[in-house]
Amino acid sequence: MKPFTYERAKSPADAVVALARNPGAKLIAGGTNLLDHMKLEIVTPQHLIDVNGTGLDTIENTPDGGLRIGAMVRNTALAAHPRVKKDYAVLSRAIVAGASGQLRNKATTAGNLMQRTRCPYFYDTNMPCNKRDPGSGCSAQGGFSRNHAAVGGGANCICFFPSDMSNAMNVLDATVEVMKPDGTMRTIPIADFHLLPGDELPVKEFALAPGEMITAVTLPKPPGGKHFYRKVRNRASYAFALVSVAAVIQPDGTGNITLGGVGTKPWRSAAGDAAVPKGAKAVAAALFANPTATDQNQYKLKLAERTIAAVLAAAKG
Amino acid sequence: MKFDTPAGTNPIDQGKVIGKPTHRIEGPLKTTGKATYAAEWHADVPNAAHGNIVGAAIAKGRIKSMDLSAAKAAAGVITIVTADSAGALDKAGRNTAKLLGGPEIQHYHQAVALVVAQTFEQAVAASHLVRIDYDRADDGKFVLADARDAAKPVQGRAADQLLGDFEGAFAAAPVKVDATYTTADHAHAMMEPYATIASWEGDKLTLRTSNQMIDWCRMDVARTLKIPKANVRVLSPYVGGGFGGKLWLRTDAVLAALGARQAGRPVKVVMQRELMFNNSVHRHATIQKLRIGAGKDGRITALDHEGWSGNLPGGGSENAVNASRSMYAGANRMMRNRLALLDLPEGNAMRAPGEAVGSIALEVAMDELAEKLGMDPVAFRVLNDSQVDPAHPEKSFSLRKMIECLQVGAKAFGWNKRSAKPGTRRDGQWLIGMGVAAALRDSPAMTSGARVRLSADGRVTVETDMTDIGTGSYTIIAQTAAEMLGVGLDKVSVKLGDSDFPVSSGSGGQWGANSSTSGVYAACVKLREAVAAKLGIDPATATFAGGKVSGGGKNATLTQAAADGEVLGEDTIKFGGIRDQTHQSAFGAHFVEVGVDSFTGEIRLRRMLAVCSAGRILNPTSARSQVIGAMTMGAGAVLSEELVVDPRFGHFVNHDLAQYEVLVHADVPHQEVIFLPDLDPASSPMKAHGVGELGICGVGGAVANAVYNATGVRLREFPMTVDKVLAGLPELA
Ligand SMILES: Cc1cc2nc3c(=O)[nH]c(=O)nc-3n(C[C@H](O)[C@H](O)[C@H](O)COP(=O)(O)OP(=O)(O)OC[C@H]3O[C@@H](n4cnc5c(N)ncnc54)[C@H](O)[C@@H]3O)c2cc1C
Ligand code: SF4
Repeated sequence: MKPFTYERAKSPADAVVALARNPGAKLIAGGTNLLDHMKLEIVTPQHLIDVNGTGLDTIENTPDGGLRIGAMVRNTALAAHPRVKKDYAVLSRAIVAGASGQLRNKATTAGNLMQRTRCPYFYDTNMPCNKRDPGSGCSAQGGFSRNHAAVGGGANCICFFPSDMSNAMNVLDATVEVMKPDGTMRTIPIADFHLLPGDELPVKEFALAPGEMITAVTLPKPPGGKHFYRKVRNRASYAFALVSVAAVIQPDGTGNITLGGVGTKPWRSAAGDAAVPKGAKAVAAALFANPTATDQNQYKLKLAERTIAAVLAAAKG
Repeated sequence: MKFDTPAGTNPIDQGKVIGKPTHRIEGPLKTTGKATYAAEWHADVPNAAHGNIVGAAIAKGRIKSMDLSAAKAAAGVITIVTADSAGALDKAGRNTAKLLGGPEIQHYHQAVALVVAQTFEQAVAASHLVRIDYDRADDGKFVLADARDAAKPVQGRAADQLLGDFEGAFAAAPVKVDATYTTADHAHAMMEPYATIASWEGDKLTLRTSNQMIDWCRMDVARTLKIPKANVRVLSPYVGGGFGGKLWLRTDAVLAALGARQAGRPVKVVMQRELMFNNSVHRHATIQKLRIGAGKDGRITALDHEGWSGNLPGGGSENAVNASRSMYAGANRMMRNRLALLDLPEGNAMRAPGEAVGSIALEVAMDELAEKLGMDPVAFRVLNDSQVDPAHPEKSFSLRKMIECLQVGAKAFGWNKRSAKPGTRRDGQWLIGMGVAAALRDSPAMTSGARVRLSADGRVTVETDMTDIGTGSYTIIAQTAAEMLGVGLDKVSVKLGDSDFPVSSGSGGQWGANSSTSGVYAACVKLREAVAAKLGIDPATATFAGGKVSGGGKNATLTQAAADGEVLGEDTIKFGGIRDQTHQSAFGAHFVEVGVDSFTGEIRLRRMLAVCSAGRILNPTSARSQVIGAMTMGAGAVLSEELVVDPRFGHFVNHDLAQYEVLVHADVPHQEVIFLPDLDPASSPMKAHGVGELGICGVGGAVANAVYNATGVRLREFPMTVDKVLAGLPELA
């Protein structure tokens, strides 16, 4: 780890000022992702701004019946919140399907949205990786790509997006609230928050501009219906999804589905949602119109379809 | 003491302490953090500097140049060890690759430097400043399937065994199976990484380390550093898991010793987790081809097991084929181990080397053949039991209860509820299946010494360089001494893992428990003689019970014997005679029930049962934990554990514990272990075998057979990850 300086921000405004003052600085929340990267020198910020004391750790009802989740709310607290369990169960289930109890106690809403790839080549600084070292190449292509994305891959990167929580936020049509460097606010629909890698370098990941900070995520009023988070993996816990399905299915058979594990970002489309009443095959056909799978991860397309089928079957039952 | 004739009745047979379920005596030290693991001797070595290992960035080639200037100038850096600074080192025969590489690089993450600094953080930070320019060789071989054709027959104990006329018998067999199986490279993935604190006093070196075999470590570090063995002391009283990965002297110890010499002060090295997979040793991947032919009556007539593994030049093989040598009958046999050259990290022993993965292939092939015969897999195995080693019919097994293990297990598990037709049992979305496998693991015995002291307060202290790698050695050794000397466990202290103590068998090859307690038995016999002599009692008739010694009408207490000074017994047990005249193996049977998600192909264990016949079970509590741990590891080998080779870069890609998936608690459901109440007088005075490796043999086969029974999908490439299961599942309706 490279030596770094450190400060604590007392408010979001404080934090964005500090960011502006220290180009290349990083915000640190739970640290469960960032510190690993710093230890391995995957990222080497010279300055850290701790945002744990910014007061963004509350969950509040919104006037329109939704929920506003502060950026520093811990994953454990969010999953256990009574309204989340009752009205947004897909979110609660997605969170507890991820990581471990200890990690979830530290991990925050913003940090989880911003977590970075689990590609093994990204983690090994001896290996070419465009995401870590733009222009060095993508080792996963032509290498070990069994866990990588089967849709949404670009010429330069094919890694899947690992966050479980984000898939649920995505299917719930959440909105990310952001403070800009000048202290004013803007919002980003969750569907636009995570980016496709595209074909240009550096590899794009998040819609956040330099110097911006997430302050909250808001959920619209509860969607009703039955909520599912089905995460498929080789071992029963403590593993990232090969495929996951976040779904809200209404009594009339309509619904919304976001897939995790299979895409370079939470994977959802209007056409996919529209196909829900027609069944898993139709949803998969709509969502996977342009697959970018490798030989090793082709199976994920079929796995995703079958997992959707499992969820739709459970919704009927 | 020489053990060469079957043991008669001896004090161990009293079974007052031995054989009783006993919690580990050092448990409180571990749960309160007082047990000093290798990196934790803060009080004894308060001034250790910190060494951080730099691993090679290529798998094969040479270092062109190394620029240490930035690292040397970094804050806190004391010195940097490289092949240049270390001077000429030797290499012990037990190591294949050099523990300090450069300029030649033999495998990925081979150590090329140790950066020693005042603090851990400084050492790590400076390590990133070491600049190395490599010349990457382009002729590296990393894929076993590609190297297989050039593989050579293995010599020595695993050399070819050819009996009868296999080809003729196989051609004539009316029912047969001919299939190829593969197993992946596996990591020991022990919780405690390699770690050593090295300190020099003049030319005397002390290593506080984590090692299974104290004397080998001592010998090999002396050899590597070219110093007399007598100048080395090795301490390793607590080991946080080894599984064979710590049988050897490894990088941490050599680099700590070199670092401490260069720094002029003690140096601590803890291997980074991300180096643990490529720097160290692993269990080799295998390709195994099995051809088994049987008559319509189900009797095996022909059995061919051919296996391939690969290693660096000079390295050993994974002798998977050994699993088939004496498991089942059949007059016409071919047993052939083949070794290819690979430039991957060094392959070496991991829990039940050979058998652990050989038994997967054999037991799946047996399941396939049973199905073709239309026979129940338990009955098929029972029918083909062989009471002798087919290659040495003159040599019977001293104890072979494979049939009983299978039968007891079948009953206890409810095997009769298994549906013979695959894919026919369901529980909601889950497809349910059961599988069985038999298990065999040889029980070698090794020379083992111990010293036992009786002090004036009546306390008994055992000293031996035996190690406890989490297995429970402390406890069974204490139980042995307590039984032999007629005292309670609370009167016994056990000191292990110090090269100043008599050389023991060490922990490996499931020989540790039986051998080391036999050594303690021998030393206790000596102590009993000395005590009896002191008390004027005939040693031949003296009885030791309740802290008292009696015989020939005389009664005395142990404390009286030590009243005018400590009484000492020291001896070493050596094995021969009856041990060489019989074949000594532990046997078992594994029963597994799995559920396979009919939508996703996820496999989840539901129930596991192991039945073990392993002679006297010295401590049912620790023996059980050995077996359930082994069952978990064996299931992991076929469900999720796989070091993934990148054939371009020549390394194991998934080199951390997030990506190398050992099973977690959520994967491990109900596990049960039944020990058959056996004694084997031909084995040792303890009449015991080993269980630590027996427990892993066969498990994977039972899991795979259960998956087949559940789904009708026969998988032969392990691990059985979701992508493979899915490929075999029928389309959804
Ligand atoms: C072993 C392991 C297993 C895991 N398994 C799973 C899993 O199965 N599923 C899953 O979803 N996750 C998993 N995780 C990931 C875990 O969920 C994330 O590490 C965690 O959510 C990150 O949150 P944090 O608060 O610790 O983020 P940090 O590490 O503090 O920060 C992460 C990133 O977010 C940025 N950031 C933090 N706060 C803000 C803010 N307010 N505005 C803008 N940027 C910000 C930081 O600068 C940094 O770039 C796992 C992690 C580990 C270590
Ligand atoms: S998939 Fe992305 S993260 Fe992985 S090696 Fe390629 S560029 Fe790097």
